[in-house]
Amino acid sequence: MKALSLTGLEKVYANGVRALDGINLEVDEGDFFALLGPNGAGKTTAIGIITSLVNKTAGRVEIFGHDIDRELEVAKSMIGVVPQEINFNQFEKVFNIVVNQAGYYGIARAEACRRAEKYLRQLELWEKRDQISRSLSGGMKRRLMIARALVHEPRLLILDEPTAGVDIEIRRSMWDFVRGINEAGTTIILTTHYLEEAENLCRNIAIIDQGQIIEHNRMDRLLRKLHKEVVLLNLRSPIAVAPELDGYLCRLVDEEILEVEITGQRGISSLFAQLSSRDIVVQSMRNKSNRLEELFMGLVENRAGRQQAAAEDKS
Amino acid sequence: MRYRENWIGFQTIVLKELSRILRIWMQTLLPPAITMTLYFIIFGNLIGRRIGLIDGFEYMQYIAPGLIMMSVITNSYGNVVSSFFGAKFGKYLEEMLVSPLPNWLIIIGHMAGGMARGLMVGIAVTIIALFFTDLQLHSLPVTLSVALLTSAVFSLAGMINAIFAKKFDDIAIVPTFILTPLTYLGGVFYSINMLPEFWQGVSRANPILYMVNAFRQGILGVSDIGLGTAYAIILVFLVVLFTTALMLMRKGVGIRE
Repeated sequence: MKALSLTGLEKVYANGVRALDGINLEVDEGDFFALLGPNGAGKTTAIGIITSLVNKTAGRVEIFGHDIDRELEVAKSMIGVVPQEINFNQFEKVFNIVVNQAGYYGIARAEACRRAEKYLRQLELWEKRDQISRSLSGGMKRRLMIARALVHEPRLLILDEPTAGVDIEIRRSMWDFVRGINEAGTTIILTTHYLEEAENLCRNIAIIDQGQIIEHNRMDRLLRKLHKEVVLLNLRSPIAVAPELDGYLCRLVDEEILEVEITGQRGISSLFAQLSSRDIVVQSMRNKSNRLEELFMGLVENRAGRQQAAAEDKS
Repeated sequence: MRYRENWIGFQTIVLKELSRILRIWMQTLLPPAITMTLYFIIFGNLIGRRIGLIDGFEYMQYIAPGLIMMSVITNSYGNVVSSFFGAKFGKYLEEMLVSPLPNWLIIIGHMAGGMARGLMVGIAVTIIALFFTDLQLHSLPVTLSVALLTSAVFSLAGMINAIFAKKFDDIAIVPTFILTPLTYLGGVFYSINMLPEFWQGVSRANPILYMVNAFRQGILGVSDIGLGTAYAIILVFLVVLFTTALMLMRKGVGIRE
């Protein structure tokens, strides 16, 4: 079953900006789905329409088969959303924010209190339950929004840049948490600017740019499209000149760090064999940049380049 | 949503509003009590003694229902306009907008919150009035129904103001430049029979006149306006304002992009 189905979704704002240009998108039930795109690409508008915070201009949205034009309340009851911006009452107590949200979904108070405790404990906020939410740290505020989004136990959880501005330790603990939620059966749609996050968590991906879906694929298939990878090798002993290797392009970053460009057809076994034959010992290796990041930049830049070329042809 | 879920959603909004009213009681309950005490001291006690009887009642007794109604009106309006706009401005209105709460329930929930504050302040002002004068109760059903309906009307008006408001100035303009003048000219301090005929006619265009007089009818048993006309006017406003608020919420004016 499709958790989300968008058909010909369009949004033109009052100022004439076309934020979504007829996008089609499907997310399977149980998926962990990444929706990526540069700033202003239309991600937040799409999420706004799905969660009914933004009125669509045209197109159809279905949540688990329920059309938001015909069964809005049923569709809404299946969605939980963690927005980009903090959107709870900063003068309200942490516990009340979660319990009230449950009430809006028609959950009786006793059950709402039980669930609020469950999720606040899981997100390590239970000790803060009586604090005014304004006094929480940035990471805690993000986790509070996750607890609030989960209290009615939605089948589809939308995370709009949930880890923005959160330190790496909390970010990783949030990854573990949402991974657990997904494994328990909740479909998750994630937007993020940390592409490492999307690569680690998500099985399927769509890239949106200028209101259009420019890529929609399985994460592993998409990454296979990457024609080259650049790795940095930390060497055990310094070398003066970058070695000339068959099939690899090498450059010395400094005398102990070697940058190597690996094309899709070449593996890395031959790289190590060639280095070893030259008595160069590699201490450790890391990607110069995230693989998905390279692919993402490639897609977006290619598209921008094509558009510029088309504009120049016209003129 | 089914009835049970809707009922829980409604209770949640009302409890949230009540908790807000009581949490910030120094902003919500205390100021109207102090203001009305001053009205009773200055207009009722000091100036009123020199005015004599109106419709057979001492001036203090005559203005007491109007002052109670004035506090009900301003506090019902003020509660919803500040609470709803605060939620919109702070973006936590989205908590309700993304939930399955139907629009009509969001409106009714906030309306009930506004009515609760209006009536709480109304009761406080009534108690204060009893320190200054004797009040009879001519008709409990009329008194209660007019107070409830009037607070509902102005809660809805406050909500519509909040829906359109884009900045905090916008929620102060209507109370300052429209609501307060209409209230002062709505027969709180005088009977319109004391006015020249032309101004009596003008006064009849003021909806607050009907509410104040209907409430005065409930407490003192005297009114410048027929009770049936007053109820009809109040109910028309109630229906028009509720329909307007519902239409604005459905369209998402001021709350959805």
